[in-house]
Amino acid sequence: MARKVTTGARIGWTIAAWVVALLIFFPILYALITSFKTEQEAIAGFSLIPSGTFENYITVEEQRDYFTPFMNSVILSVGSTILALIVALPAAWAMAFAPTKRTKDILMWMLSTKMMPSVAVLLPIFIIFRNLGLLDTRIGLTVMLMLINLPIVVWMLYTYFREIPGEILEAARMDGAGIWQEIVYVLAPMGVPGIASTLLLNVILAWNEAFWTIQLTTTNAAPLTAFIASFSSPQGLFWAKLSAASTMAIAPILILGWFSQKQLVRGLTFGAVK
Amino acid sequence: MTLKTVLLGTCSAMMLAGFSVAGASAETLTIATVNNGDMVRMQGLTSEFTKANPDIQVNWVTLEENVLRERVTTDIAANGGQYDIVTVGNYEVPIWAKQKWLLPLDGLGDKYDMDDLLPAIRGGLTVDGKLYAAPFYGESAMIMYRKDLFEKAGLKMPESPTWEFIGDAARKITDRKTGVNGICLRGKAGWGENMAFISALNNSFGGRWFDEKWKPQFDQPEWKQSLTFYASLMKDAGPSGASSNGFNENLTLFQQGKCGMWIDATVAASFVSDPKNSTVADKVGYAIFPTKEGVANHGNWLWSWNLAVPASSKKAASAQKFISWATSKEYTQLVASKQGWANVPPGTRTSLYKTEDYQKAAAFAAPTLAAMQAADITKPTVKPVPYTGGQFVTIPEFQALGTTIGQLFSAVIAGQSSVDDALAAAQATATRDMTRGGYIK
Amino acid sequence: MATQNTKTLARVMMAPSVILLLIWMIVPLAMTLYYSFQNYNLLTPMNVSFAGFFNYQYFYTDPAFFQSIWNTLVLVLGVLAITVIGGIAIALLIDQPIFGQGIVRILVISPFFVMPPVAALIWKNMIMHPGYGVLADLAQFFGAQPIDWFAQYPLLSVIIIVAWQWLPFATLILLTALQSLDGEQKEAAEMDGANAVQRFIHLTLPHLSRAITVVILIQTIFLLGVYAEILVTTNGGPGYASTNLTFLIYRTARLGYDVGGGAAGGIIAVVLANIVAFFLMRAVGKNLDK
Repeated sequence: MARKVTTGARIGWTIAAWVVALLIFFPILYALITSFKTEQEAIAGFSLIPSGTFENYITVEEQRDYFTPFMNSVILSVGSTILALIVALPAAWAMAFAPTKRTKDILMWMLSTKMMPSVAVLLPIFIIFRNLGLLDTRIGLTVMLMLINLPIVVWMLYTYFREIPGEILEAARMDGAGIWQEIVYVLAPMGVPGIASTLLLNVILAWNEAFWTIQLTTTNAAPLTAFIASFSSPQGLFWAKLSAASTMAIAPILILGWFSQKQLVRGLTFGAVK
Repeated sequence: MTLKTVLLGTCSAMMLAGFSVAGASAETLTIATVNNGDMVRMQGLTSEFTKANPDIQVNWVTLEENVLRERVTTDIAANGGQYDIVTVGNYEVPIWAKQKWLLPLDGLGDKYDMDDLLPAIRGGLTVDGKLYAAPFYGESAMIMYRKDLFEKAGLKMPESPTWEFIGDAARKITDRKTGVNGICLRGKAGWGENMAFISALNNSFGGRWFDEKWKPQFDQPEWKQSLTFYASLMKDAGPSGASSNGFNENLTLFQQGKCGMWIDATVAASFVSDPKNSTVADKVGYAIFPTKEGVANHGNWLWSWNLAVPASSKKAASAQKFISWATSKEYTQLVASKQGWANVPPGTRTSLYKTEDYQKAAAFAAPTLAAMQAADITKPTVKPVPYTGGQFVTIPEFQALGTTIGQLFSAVIAGQSSVDDALAAAQATATRDMTRGGYIK
Repeated sequence: MATQNTKTLARVMMAPSVILLLIWMIVPLAMTLYYSFQNYNLLTPMNVSFAGFFNYQYFYTDPAFFQSIWNTLVLVLGVLAITVIGGIAIALLIDQPIFGQGIVRILVISPFFVMPPVAALIWKNMIMHPGYGVLADLAQFFGAQPIDWFAQYPLLSVIIIVAWQWLPFATLILLTALQSLDGEQKEAAEMDGANAVQRFIHLTLPHLSRAITVVILIQTIFLLGVYAEILVTTNGGPGYASTNLTFLIYRTARLGYDVGGGAAGGIIAVVLANIVAFFLMRAVGKNLDK
C-alpha cells in the first residue's frame, strides 16, 4: 500500500474496527462463554467469567452421538458444494465471457427458482424422495443441497469472472490460444481465489441449511442441524448445555473459516490483481 | 490451493467411506422421540433392553417437540415408513388412530397389566376399545406455590382454591422491589403453550371452545370473564415479558424464587422440588387447579406422551416388545433403582402411586394423582361440547387455530390489543377455520 | 472470430445448470400447483377433492394476509438497509490500515457461520430476554426498565437477528469490491483535492454499485423465505405483528396440515416474489452490465 498513514490515525482506525468487530462477534462469544458455565450461572446475570466446567460438553456428548452428524455435515456440505461447482463453472464461464441478450434473464430466472417457500413444497419433495428411496440418504440430500445452492454458486462465480478483464482473454486469443488453453492457462489461475471463496461460502450455506436436512433425514444422514434440534428447548432452560451443543455445531465451520483466511483474503482481493 | 486440495481430498475420502456404509443385519428399530428429561433418560437405559433382546437394535431420532411433530406427521401421512416407534401426544392419538395410521397395541404381553394404567390416560388413547398408544408419562395441571411467601403474607391455601382467591393472593404476594411476582403463567403464543393454560382456565370458568354445532364461543361471557381475569392478573402480578414466557421460562423463574405461584403441568413438580436446580425446593406447596366460584370444573388438563407403532412399520412385533418394556412397571423399577424414585416417569400407572417408596421420595405424588384423577377429557367442559380434550380440542385443525388465537391472546398481555378486540378476532378466525374444515355447514 | 462456435459452446456449457434448475423448478412447481386446487388436509387423506380456487380465496382472506405481506416487505427492506449500509461502513473500516486485520475480518464474518435456529436461540435467550438477557442486564445497570423485545418490538427484533446473520455476507461481497478499487485512482482523486466524502460519493460508491446489486438480489431471495427465526422467537406474534408471508404459509401448511391451502399460499408467494424481483431488476439490474 502506497498510502501514507500516520500512526495515530492507524491506532484510531484499529480501535474503531475492533470495537465493531467485537460487538458483532459478541453473541457468539457469549454463547461460547456460557457453554463453560453451570446452568445456574448461565441465568444468573451478566458475567464474562465462567467457572470453567466441561460438564456441559460431557453431558451433550453422552446424550447424543456427535461424530456421525458431524461427518454427515462435512459430507453433505462439501459434497454438495463441489457438485454445484462442477455444474456451475461452465455456466458461469459462458455467461461471463460469452454473454447474450438473455444472459441477465437466465441469471435472474436461476435466482427465482429459490423463491418457492420450502414449507410449501415439502410434501411434493417428500413424496418424490420416498418414491426414489432417497429419504435419509446422504446422496439424496447432497443432490438436494446442490440444487438449492446452485443458483448462488452460478451467481457468485459469474460475478467473480466478470471482474477478470476481457482484454486479457482477447490477448490470449490473439496469441492463438484455444478455448481450452484459455481456461487452463489464463482463467483458472485468475479465477482460483474467486472459486475458493465461492466454495467456502457455499459450504457454509449448506452446513447451515436447517429445513431439508431435518425434514428428510432420520438417523443415517442427519447432520449437525438435527443434532442441534435435539437440544433446543427441552424441559427447563438448559442454556449452558444448549450453548455447548451450539458451540460444537458451529466450531468446525468457524475453524474452517479461520484456517481458510488466506484463501478468503486472496479471493477477496483478486480483483486488484492485474 | 492448499485449502482446495485438502478439501477435495477429505471430501472424496469421506464420500467413499460415507456412501458405502451398509445396513446392519440385526433388526433395527428407529424411534422418534422428544428431547425432554424422561425420554433422554429412557435412551440412556436402552442398553438394558438390548441386552435382554440381543436381536433388536435401537436407533434414536431425538428432536425438539415442534420439529418432531412436524417431522413425524409428514412421514406418517405421506407413508414414508421411516419410523418403527413414534412418540405422540394424546392430542394426536385419536386423530391418527381414526386414519388407521397407528397399529393397535395387542402384543404388549400378558405381564403388561393394562388395567393398571390410569383410566383417564388410558381412555384418551383408546379408540373403539383398542389401545393405540402406550403412555410413557402423563400430566395434569396444578398450582405450585411458595409456602414461605404465603405464610409471610398471612395467607393459607384452601383445599380447593377459587380464582378469586388466587387473584387476591397473587396481588398480595407481588413485591416488585424484591423481584417476586405473585403468579407466573404461560403467555407465549402457541397451541401447546399459552392456549393450553388459557383453555383450561376457560374450562374452569364454565366456558368452552365450541358449542354442540361447532360454533365458536369467543363471543360468550365466559371467555370474556376468563380472558379479562387472566390479562389483568398478569398485568398486576405477573413477571415482565410474560407474553414470551412458556413452560420453560416459568420453570426457571419459579426455580429462582421469582414466582409466588405457578399454575402449570404437574410434571413440573419434580423439577421445582429438585434441590440441584431449584433454590426453593423445600418451600413448594401444591394445590388443585382452581375453579371459578360456583363452577365445578378444574380445567381438565390432561396430557401424556405416548409410544405408538406407525402402521407403516415392518417391525411391529419388535416395536411392541420395546414399548412394552419402556412403559412397564419393571421399567419404573429400573429407573428407581438406578436414578432414584423422584426420576421415575409419573402419571401413567396407578401402582406407582401406591408405592410407598415413591410417596416418600416425591411429596408431589399425592397432589399429582389427585389432579390426574380429577381430569376428564371426555367431558372437559360444564356445557356440552362435540369434542374431547381438556387443554386442547382433538381435531386436526386445532394446532393452527390454537396458535393463531394464541398470538391474539399473547398480544393482549403484551399490551398491544384489548380483550374485546382479541376475542372478536378469535371468533372471526375460528369461524373461518371451522367453516373451511366443514364443521359449520 | 469464431463467434458462432463460441455461442454454441456457451450454450453447451450452460446446459447442465439450466436443465437441472429447470427440473428443480418445474417438478415441485407443477405438484404445488396441482395441490393448490385440491381440498387436501394431511390428516384427513380420505376427503381429497377438487377445490377450484377456494384455497386461494381462503389464503387471501386470512385475517393476517395483508399484514403478513406488509411485514414481509418491512423485514426485507429493513434487513437490506441495515446490511447494505452497515456492510459498506464495516467494509470501509476494515479496508483501513489497521492492526490485526485478519482477526477483525474473521470476527466480523463469524455470524455467517451460525445456523439460523442457533442464532435465533442465542439472541432470544441470552441477548434479548427481558429477564436474563445481556441487554436487560445492561438496562438494569443504567437503572432503566429492561425492554421486552419480542413483545414490544417483535418485528424489529426479528429484523435485528436476521440482519446480524446477513451482515457478514454483505460485508464480504462489498469488501471484495472495495479492495479491487484501483489504488492509483484513489491517489489521483486525492491529488485532485477531493475530500473523503467526495471521494466516497464519486469514486467508491459507483465502483461498489455492482457488488451492492448482487448483495441486494441474493439477500432478497433469502430474506423472502425467512421463517425459522420467527418460529423460534415470536411464533408470529403478538397478534400478527411478526407474521410474514412464509410464516403464514408455515402455519397453514404445517400447523394446519392444510396441504391445499399451503400450496395456494406458496403459489401466491412465488407470484409476489416475482413481482418484487421484476421491480428490483428494473431498479438495480442495469448495474450488472457495467
